Amino acid sequence: MKSFTYERANTAAEAVAAVAAMPGAKFIAGGTNLLDLMKLGIEAPVHLVDINRLGLDAIEPTEAGGLRIGAMVRNTDLAADARVRRDYAVLSRALLAGASGQLRNKATTGGNLLQRTRCAYFYNTDMPCNKRSPGSGCAAVGGLSHNHAVMGVSDACIATHPSDMAVALRALDATVEVISAKGSMRMIPIADFHRLPGDTPHLETNLQANEMVTAVILPRPVGGTHIYRKVRERASYAFANIAVAMIVREGKAARLALGGVAHKPWRVEAAEDAPAEGIADIVLAGARPTADNAYKLDLTRRTIAACLGDAS
Amino acid sequence: MPGTEDAGLPEAPGAVPLSLCVNGKPWVLQIDPRTSLLDALREHLHLTGTKKGCDHGQCGACTVLVNGRRINSCLSLAVMHEGDEISTIEGLGSPEALHPMQQAFIDHDGFQCGYCTPGQILSALAVIEEIKAGIPSHVTADLNAPPPLSASEIRERMSGNLCRCAAYPNIIAAIQDVSGIPS
Ligand SMILES: Cc1cc2nc3c(=O)[nH]c(=O)nc-3n(C[C@H](O)[C@H](O)[C@H](O)COP(=O)(O)OP(=O)(O)OC[C@H]3O[C@@H](n4cnc5c(N)ncnc54)[C@H](O)[C@@H]3O)c2cc1C
Ligand code: SF4
Ligand code: FES
Ligand code: FES
Repeated sequence: MKSFTYERANTAAEAVAAVAAMPGAKFIAGGTNLLDLMKLGIEAPVHLVDINRLGLDAIEPTEAGGLRIGAMVRNTDLAADARVRRDYAVLSRALLAGASGQLRNKATTGGNLLQRTRCAYFYNTDMPCNKRSPGSGCAAVGGLSHNHAVMGVSDACIATHPSDMAVALRALDATVEVISAKGSMRMIPIADFHRLPGDTPHLETNLQANEMVTAVILPRPVGGTHIYRKVRERASYAFANIAVAMIVREGKAARLALGGVAHKPWRVEAAEDAPAEGIADIVLAGARPTADNAYKLDLTRRTIAACLGDAS
Repeated sequence: MPGTEDAGLPEAPGAVPLSLCVNGKPWVLQIDPRTSLLDALREHLHLTGTKKGCDHGQCGACTVLVNGRRINSCLSLAVMHEGDEISTIEGLGSPEALHPMQQAFIDHDGFQCGYCTPGQILSALAVIEEIKAGIPSHVTADLNAPPPLSASEIRERMSGNLCRCAAYPNIIAAIQDVSGIPS
């Protein structure tokens, strides 16, 4: 691992100022993704600002009747929160379907949103990858792509976003609260938080340089039956091949977001409340699968149908 | 601090000071910020009971408790643990007086090579506490009720601990025994 200097920040303002003060600095939260990538030389920050002791670890009610989840709330604690289990069950279910107990104890709300792709070529520094080294090419196009994206892909990158939590947040219309180095706050709707790869797959979110996530805000509960169905190659402890987050009301998919199919959680609002037979055609319109991952289209259709079945 | 031990390694360039409490014993050390908590335990404090399998958060061999919660010590920097209380397998029991979970792993033949075992045992102890604390899991049917202390809950919650010798059925039997679940 490349050497770096380390500092522990005490407030959010101090943390953003510290990262802004040193080019090549990064925040470290749980470290479960960043350290993995640093060990492989894929990330090489020169300075780490530890944000574990900022106190952004509360889940509080908002005036609008929703919840404000601090960026440092651990995945275990978010999934176990009684209000989340009761009113936002799709979020608990998505979190519990991800990683392991040990990792969820460490992984944070902010870090989970910002975790990087699991594309094997991104991890293999001997292979070309536009996300890891812009302009080098994409080894997955024409390579092994059975777990790559089918929606919103570009010629530059066909990677997926691996987060389960983000898929549930998309279905719930969450908002991401961020603070800039100057101390100003802004709100980013989850729909606009992650980007499609386009020509710039190395840019994964619309977070600006040195901005830090301080919280994720959930709007007031929408009721309904909450379902998160993750299809993977083992019964537990594996990333999704595809995942469906659905909120069913009156027999219809009132909210629907997909994981494992795109560079961001995939939601097409026009599919919601559509007749059951038509939903998949609308969400999957424009799909561009490879020969290896065309199975994801059928799997998604069937999983959407299974979710509707679960709720009836 | 009285009774605090200095790990006594020569000071490396860029090393930073760190105090940790491991199995009730306070330590102060000078450590390169790159050092994982796992390497700090093994290489600096010579507590080699905690094992390194993958070093990437995938196998659970490095599981320790930090302030009572289980984590993978390979994916955490030692410097992030200033002032934390760490529990490792060395703190659980001694050969003369084994912890009940250690005894149960022996009684049920819960290992072959034993490499994954320290991580399995630490994880198992945390799993029982997590269920008692009402933390749900992927297999919990009703999110609004306390999760049952059952074999299927234990199996799901232990999925972050791999065993290359595949002693899984006996590991589950050992944990069930300690939890009082009939097998
Ligand atoms: C073996 C394994 C299996 C896994 N399985 C799954 C799975 O099935 N599903 C799933 O969803 N995930 C899975 N994960 C990924 C895991 O969820 C992420 O590693 C974790 O959520 C990252 O959170 P963290 O706090 O540890 O982030 P860190 O590693 O600390 O940070 C990740 C990135 O986010 C940045 N960052 C962190 N916090 C902030 C902030 N507040 N503001 C701005 N930037 C920030 C960091 O600079 C870094 O770039 C798995 C991981 C492993 C190792
Ligand atoms: S799919 Fe994206 S992440 Fe994977 S090799 Fe291609 S550019 Fe890199
Ligand atoms: S060594 Fe830490 S999980 Fe494998
Ligand atoms: S006993 Fe050998 S790896 Fe588990």
